[in-house]
Amino acid sequence: MKSSVIIFPGSNCDRDMNVALSKYGFKNQMVWHNDQSIPKSDLIVLPGGFSYGDYLRCGSIASKSKIIRSVIDFANSGGLVLGICNGFQILTETGLLPGILQQNKYLNFICKNVFVKIKDKKNKYFQNIKKDILELHIAHNEGNFFCSEQELKSLEDNNQIAVTYCDSKGLENEENNPNGAIKNIAGIFNKNKNVLGMMPHPERMIDKYLSGEDGSIFFENLLGNLK
Amino acid sequence: MKIKVIVTLKNGVLDPQGKAIQQTLNGMSFNNVTEVRQGKFFEIDISETDEDKAKLQVEEMCKKLLANLVIEDYKIV
Repeated sequence: MKSSVIIFPGSNCDRDMNVALSKYGFKNQMVWHNDQSIPKSDLIVLPGGFSYGDYLRCGSIASKSKIIRSVIDFANSGGLVLGICNGFQILTETGLLPGILQQNKYLNFICKNVFVKIKDKKNKYFQNIKKDILELHIAHNEGNFFCSEQELKSLEDNNQIAVTYCDSKGLENEENNPNGAIKNIAGIFNKNKNVLGMMPHPERMIDKYLSGEDGSIFFENLLGNLK
Repeated sequence: MKIKVIVTLKNGVLDPQGKAIQQTLNGMSFNNVTEVRQGKFFEIDISETDEDKAKLQVEEMCKKLLANLVIEDYKIV
């Protein structure tokens, strides 16, 4: 399976993502934001970081970069596009995903492990995962997911909520909501569920000695679903 | 020609920075400050002599880039 990771000026999780994808068997290539086209891929990843210094709004400048047209075309033709953290912010700014990631409710940069509950498994990303709760890492200043009531209803009606913040037992409440996101939302799909944006970083949880292995579960499972 | 744009958060959208500023002002004994909403201000130099045309263009810029209409409103001043 082939994957492509897009690098924007200011991306800083691109290499971690490359390591994670390669470790589980993706043939990954790195693609520069100024390129016009993306090599043939089964998966495109928009990595975390601070693309264009987070100028104007997080992800807004990247959403107008040269390469983005190809990403949008790929997504609209059914290709899998995964946006992590800043990648999620870019996806909302392109309009591929609804809503926006606002500044965290308590104005702090949050860097810690969290538990997330998988809300939908009828998709290429999570189908066949045995666990319902994953421990992943978050590191962001703007992860406070917000959308209109109408959009929220549409997300719920179409099962587009992918993962929500919870505790180790799956309890989703205000206490387990690190950033003030509506309904504890940590990640969402587009309607066709080929585009996934999420704040937590699976690529940071792929080594049992350094972190944890729930990210490994995510990547191994994804690769299995694509074969 | 210079066109000025103000981008503000829509009513009802949480503004944690504005809230922090308000609380700080209250702490500085500006006790009558009841709310602060923070926004962005743009000055755009545009090579155009027709003001209406320029404003139309800036309006498009607001919709496409300067404001995110999910949470923000814009005003050309």
